[in-house]
Amino acid sequence: MSDYRILNTRAPRVDAVDKATGKAIYTDDLRRPGMLYAAILHSPLAHARILNIDTSRAEQLPGVKAVVTYREAGTTPYGVSPARYDETIFCHDKVRYVGDEIAAVAAVDQDTALEAVRLIKVDFEELPIVLDGRTAMDEGQPLLHEMHKNNMCAKVNWHFGDIEKGRKESHIIRTDHLSSKMQDAAFMEPQSILAETESNGNLTMWSSTQAPHYVQRTLAMALNIPLHKVRVIKPAVGGGFGPKASCSSAELAVCLLAMKTGQPVKLTFDREQVFLHSRARHQFFHTMTTGVKKDGSLSFLEHKCILDGGAYASFGIATVYYSGSLLGGPYRLKNMKYDGYRVVTNKPACGAQRGHGAVIARALFEVQLDRIAEELGMDPIELRLKNVMEAGETTCNELYVSSFGMREALEAVRDSAAWKNKRSSSGKIRGGGKGIGAACGFFVSGAGYSIYRSRTYHCTVVTKVDEVGGGVTVNSGSADIGQGSDTVLAMITAEELGLSLDDVQVASGDSKLSVDLGAYSSRTTLMTGHACREAAQDAKRQILEAIAGKMSVAPETLDLKDGFVVSLAGEIDFSELRKEYLQEHKGFVDLPDGPQLTFAEASRVAFLELGTIVGTGKYRPPPLGGSFKGAAVGTSPAFGCSAQVAEVSVDLETGEITMDKITGAHDCGFAINVTQVEGQMHGSIMMGMGEALMEEIIYDKKGRIVNANLAEYKIPTALDVPPLDAIIVESNEPHGPYGAKEVGEGAIMPVIPTILNAIYDATGVRIDELPVTPERLMAAMKAKKDKKG
Amino acid sequence: MKKIISLTVNGVSHEVAVEPRRTLLELIREDLGLTGTKKGCGIGDCGTCTVLLDGVATFSCLTLAIQADGCTVETVESLAENGQLNRLQQAFVDQGAIQCGYCTPGMLMTTTELLRRNPHPEESEIRRAISGNLCRCTGYQKIVEAIQTATEDSDE
Repeated sequence: MSDYRILNTRAPRVDAVDKATGKAIYTDDLRRPGMLYAAILHSPLAHARILNIDTSRAEQLPGVKAVVTYREAGTTPYGVSPARYDETIFCHDKVRYVGDEIAAVAAVDQDTALEAVRLIKVDFEELPIVLDGRTAMDEGQPLLHEMHKNNMCAKVNWHFGDIEKGRKESHIIRTDHLSSKMQDAAFMEPQSILAETESNGNLTMWSSTQAPHYVQRTLAMALNIPLHKVRVIKPAVGGGFGPKASCSSAELAVCLLAMKTGQPVKLTFDREQVFLHSRARHQFFHTMTTGVKKDGSLSFLEHKCILDGGAYASFGIATVYYSGSLLGGPYRLKNMKYDGYRVVTNKPACGAQRGHGAVIARALFEVQLDRIAEELGMDPIELRLKNVMEAGETTCNELYVSSFGMREALEAVRDSAAWKNKRSSSGKIRGGGKGIGAACGFFVSGAGYSIYRSRTYHCTVVTKVDEVGGGVTVNSGSADIGQGSDTVLAMITAEELGLSLDDVQVASGDSKLSVDLGAYSSRTTLMTGHACREAAQDAKRQILEAIAGKMSVAPETLDLKDGFVVSLAGEIDFSELRKEYLQEHKGFVDLPDGPQLTFAEASRVAFLELGTIVGTGKYRPPPLGGSFKGAAVGTSPAFGCSAQVAEVSVDLETGEITMDKITGAHDCGFAINVTQVEGQMHGSIMMGMGEALMEEIIYDKKGRIVNANLAEYKIPTALDVPPLDAIIVESNEPHGPYGAKEVGEGAIMPVIPTILNAIYDATGVRIDELPVTPERLMAAMKAKKDKKG
Repeated sequence: MKKIISLTVNGVSHEVAVEPRRTLLELIREDLGLTGTKKGCGIGDCGTCTVLLDGVATFSCLTLAIQADGCTVETVESLAENGQLNRLQQAFVDQGAIQCGYCTPGMLMTTTELLRRNPHPEESEIRRAISGNLCRCTGYQKIVEAIQTATEDSDE
């Protein structure tokens, strides 16, 4: 369909060969001369007052170079949302969860560092703990933070339209509940950090982060260093999915140790620390009342949610807003009320994870739609098709969808999965242990506003043309964390400059290279993509102007294509330029000899004319959203949407669930890299499947995680995941570069309800507590049977 | 008390003094500087540290270095020859089986063992073979497809 040479293809990732040969360098692979090893003392208690910290024995241990606590670190508050800075580098007054950071040590080797941590003596006064998010706000509960009254760190009370009017218009009204468990992102690479200082006070930190820019700001603020003296570099990152987006105590501690010792310091989490640090999915308790008219059109949604976010606010303020705002689409819904409460408890802090804040809300709402369809005797896909929004519409909470392939996606999965042959059209369930279910989802394509209030550009890109001629380097602060953004930037640049991918280098993930807010909220393709295109076009303009000047033709008559300068106004004799180029390259072989001027010649000549050629690009979204409180969260220049169909088999004797197939369709606007779009869809589906069926952090009564490892915290293996069919829908987003928008998170939105609806079709049983383990399903099936009998 | 062991890693013989409790993974990554092999958990749950020990796919994080005394070890760095990717690596690159890449070295080594044993595995055999190698990015779909492609190529 497209005229592009590079875009919209299945080009292999630019980093794939390095990753296939073991050459790709991740933070833990780095080693610096004189490097020290760090270890952290974590709290063994969920809630306690710190009476005294004695580090003397640790300091005396041979090989220990520095021991730091709040006394060295200070107590400057930091966090994610500036209005809710509730963390300090180390605990000073209290510890608030098992794992909270109390002290850190740098030593000549790992064993010494760990031994030193063991020698730090802390006297605690144990305090009563809060573990249940549902009762954390109750009168008389122990308080975690003075600043979070009643253990509530954020609340949202929204009312759009008029739900009472909607209630009166409703033919069916039903109320349902769904709760989930805290989840771990379970990226394969544990967090790793390496920091060092220079004699002029500059601090460099390599870290497995998703957001070098925000981390740079937090380091500078909490450690009190001028911003320009802090550099954050992101080497290859082994997956992030959200939790690596916020600056961590460990990052701050390692930098502090490097500053104190004057030596490079490294820390790599073990897997248990990944679980303890968490910042992953919240626990959600949703209640929804939804009304529909006789014809199945939605009349209102009344939604209440409590989010248990663990000990600190982290990303949770955004999370509680997203839980409400993203139900504004993908269906026409005029009346919506939302009351969301984000509470703190004595558990590891939760933050952002793929599908930020919105997946469990989406799950319950889509389950409700199925239950309503059943009551109406309507096919659940038909009910959805009746309600889906179209491009050009605005949700009740003022989100404008400029492109929207929701209908197309839903029809695509319906037809591809042969829905009509498998599901009874009257809405009756199939039963007998075989089931099929469907659901939709809706997600932002980049957050409309930065986390701190600012007019900042969300991204800039600096594309430098090699002075020697032939290649270009794209410089960007964006973060490829495995999702493939470097490849997207290379493809855009190669397309614009008529180059092959091999002639484009991408330097990224470094706060020195450019401003980029990072890899979160599914923003990079749209936002950095815009800036990257602009930078490439700027570089191209300069090259062509230089050549046009030399040839005395209008620049508009020249173009760059397939590695050559092309004249649109008839053949041009470039022999004078070639002569100069050849003269410079005596002794070289394979020099250009065809009739066309090569990009290498053109870019070299342009340098000789103009000096170094640098193209720049920038992007910031236009002002978005309504004027109500919290209107910023959920805004985006564009919205992706997804539909899926799941087919399951349930063993009615044991409750064991086997996924047979998942068919997904996602509207990504335009697939810059087809393979990568499918890859994001596959990964989203698998993560959602884990959350639906197996993933749950389990705490004991003292707030300790009992399954902080990848054997007892189960994520899907190759044997669990069924064949996945990914269908790409391209709606050509007007606000996206080349029509592109997100796919990284939107594709997780329908997964859980798709599976829940399929399980219901197979068993006739609804479960309102995730994950749906065989035990929970068995119990529910038995309860249903007993009720009948 | 350190013990001297000798082993062959990717065709090169080494004699190394190691603490008895040092793992094969630490030896490979830190002493030999072969950082292609990854540590994802350190306790045998994730498979990212998989190497071939005398031809058998082995979690190097659960293997003591001294257990490898006299053995042959193959890591991801051994797969490409003369700078050319082998068929399996090329299939991983071409099919999009690599995203973050952290599971890739272990995944490749497990699959290398599988394909030596069984050059034409069924999809179910592939999935069983790699079920001890966790991947959080791909949903395994493109990994399985890449392995299938690599085995198809071997018919030519």
